[in-house]
Amino acid sequence: MGDRAEMAVFWIFTVPLIAASLGVVVTKNPITAAMSLVGAFFCLAGIYVLLTAHLVAFLQILVYAGAIMVLFLFVIMLLALQEEILGVSRIKVMQGFGALGCVGVFAVIYRAILATGPRMMPQVGEDYGTVKAVGRILFTQYLLPFEATSLLLLVAIVGAVVVAKQRI
Amino acid sequence: MSALPTPAPARTKTPRLAAIVSVTAAIALPLGLFCVILFATPLLQPALLDGFIRERLHRDPATWYWRDGVYTVALLVLAFVFANFAAIFSGILSWWERRVAGRIQSRIGPNRAGVGGFLVWIADAVKLILKEDLVPAEADQMLFRAAPYFVMVGFILTFVVLPFGESIAVSDMNVGLFFITSITALVVVGILLSGWSSNSKWALFGGMRSAAQVVSYEIPAGLAIMVPVLMAGTLSMQGIIRAQGGLPWQWFIFRNPAAFALFFIFFTSQLAEANRTPFDLPEAESELVAGYLSEYSGFRFALFFLVEWGNLWTMSAIAVTIFLGGWQIPFVPNELYAQLKGTGFPPLAWWGLEAASMLVFAAKTMVLVNVVVWLRWTLPRIRVDQMMSLCWKYLVPVSFACFLFTLLWQIAVAAVPALETAMGVGLTAVSVVLAVLFARQTHRNITAIGDRVDLSNW
Amino acid sequence: MGFQFGAVLAFTVVAIAFAAGGLTIGRLVRPNIPGADKAAIYECGERPIGSAWFNFNPRFYLIALVFVVFEVDIALTFPVVAVYRAWVSHGAATAWVAFSELLLFTLILVVGLVWVWRHGDLEWVKKVETDESAPNGQPSSLAASKRAA
Repeated sequence: MGDRAEMAVFWIFTVPLIAASLGVVVTKNPITAAMSLVGAFFCLAGIYVLLTAHLVAFLQILVYAGAIMVLFLFVIMLLALQEEILGVSRIKVMQGFGALGCVGVFAVIYRAILATGPRMMPQVGEDYGTVKAVGRILFTQYLLPFEATSLLLLVAIVGAVVVAKQRI
Repeated sequence: MSALPTPAPARTKTPRLAAIVSVTAAIALPLGLFCVILFATPLLQPALLDGFIRERLHRDPATWYWRDGVYTVALLVLAFVFANFAAIFSGILSWWERRVAGRIQSRIGPNRAGVGGFLVWIADAVKLILKEDLVPAEADQMLFRAAPYFVMVGFILTFVVLPFGESIAVSDMNVGLFFITSITALVVVGILLSGWSSNSKWALFGGMRSAAQVVSYEIPAGLAIMVPVLMAGTLSMQGIIRAQGGLPWQWFIFRNPAAFALFFIFFTSQLAEANRTPFDLPEAESELVAGYLSEYSGFRFALFFLVEWGNLWTMSAIAVTIFLGGWQIPFVPNELYAQLKGTGFPPLAWWGLEAASMLVFAAKTMVLVNVVVWLRWTLPRIRVDQMMSLCWKYLVPVSFACFLFTLLWQIAVAAVPALETAMGVGLTAVSVVLAVLFARQTHRNITAIGDRVDLSNW
Repeated sequence: MGFQFGAVLAFTVVAIAFAAGGLTIGRLVRPNIPGADKAAIYECGERPIGSAWFNFNPRFYLIALVFVVFEVDIALTFPVVAVYRAWVSHGAATAWVAFSELLLFTLILVVGLVWVWRHGDLEWVKKVETDESAPNGQPSSLAASKRAA
């Protein structure tokens, strides 16, 4: 794929990504916001593919756009918040702080990008980011974290069920 | 007054034009579709496309400014071909299923439009396009309209990695199977969305049930998928097929007892994910009207149904790919394809071999498709709690056990390779015996009540 | 490589165009005679009572929680499983290392499954009964919606 095409694909994903992200914040209907989030996840996955992180791209779709999203939707539908409830309690001060925080994060990232510069971009190998490459690393370098993840998942499942049952 | 014997209805003769049209369509449509796929898919890949432009058109695409544009057009054409395949195939299948259902239930089924009622699915499609498109006033207008798109995209995307033959797959990604698993997410989101946005109780219950069902059965399906990956050592669909062989004992299903069990688990999970009987409770007519489809009408409704019948092909094709040897032709080694292809534009012999591999794949897939249809008209629907406990208490633990067994099995096979061959031959023999016994018992059951096996009058 | 993933983009575009095109063609030929009765939500011929956006059976929520955890497990296991064969063919020592790693990972998760099972969270029906015999004795609106589901 040529540089031009890559650039074109980058913009194809970036513009909807920003639009969808704004949609998450701006829309009042929680389900619409969740749908925007799905769109954002998909565009993000496209950008991951451009970065040759194939596994991460589809992990993103499988775990976030799939599993987590279904959970989100279930929660939103479970609570069934009406628009009246959502509409009244909007605190302007918090919105201001939120916007300030966004600008701050953006500034930090922008500085970091400027400091890195295009020269320092490393060239990656042919199979970088593929499933097998990640699998190999998980078997060697990150064996312990990999095992720890399963413990984490165990704690997560127990914790989630206990908390969920207390609340409902 | 004694009841008069009702006269047998006179058999209406199909008009000649309708007969010609339906027979031509029945032959030409599937044949044409497969031919287009056979030629278009390899030809529009960059390697062959470049070769074709260089050899036949005597131009060098490497110097073109719009080279990527050419590839994009090629991809869009391919996507269009596969979208049409999906649409037409699910249409034909909707007719076929109604015919089979008729025979299974001792009735005739669709028989008016064309010979054997073949044209009924075209009539359906025209009718559904002509129907008024209703969106409930109380519904969430935007999400209600958006839901079919999610389902449609999620369905069409499976064709990106779904193989049809040796070189006949749009893309042989190194994440193939993982891609298919993750793309199911879109369908779930679409179903939940359609259920919720309708603002109808039936639709909401249907959507919720369906989402819970698809989501639950994704776990055993995901675990079952891992076993072919373990045995092939790759996630690419074509790679998994290449690791198998043309003869039954070279298929993954028979090479490992755990894979044999997991094939059935996978198949069951796929039935549940496609909302097929006995897992059709999301759209259970007798209790939920039409589930998440209740408020949909016209073409939007048609889109959901297109996906539902199209899913028959994709689910069967995936099962054939990962367990049943895919397109492998008996006694044809993988190297033969490369040898025949040569370096330049492939010769006729190669195309012939590709066509044969596609035929093998389609035949295997159609067998599974028919099993799914057969199941639908044989099994009753299960309850929600049964559906959940079947998944979490039986399929998930068993697939975990099978997964662990395969880990050990692979180590054993690496030490003693003959083990796999012996198991393959043994399990194949056992399956053949079981199939024969099943057929005999079925025949006995039919004859015991004084009926006879009658395959005439289609 | 670009072609392989470009296919995903192209298929997405065509899928959307397919649905949108069908609807557009339909718009040109189909009738459009709106009416209050047609736009009503189907509730077996009655006027619909209330909205369908009410609190829902939390069982679905629990299932989704359990699902998320196992889905993450599957997602993490996939890359390891893809290289397992290569490790096994490397020799007995690496084979057993790889085996014990995956065994440990899976067993810890199976413990989670057993725990959930033991706590009765995989039961679909039981929860409704325990809720109705709750100490406060008040069948809440939640319980009612549960029964409906």
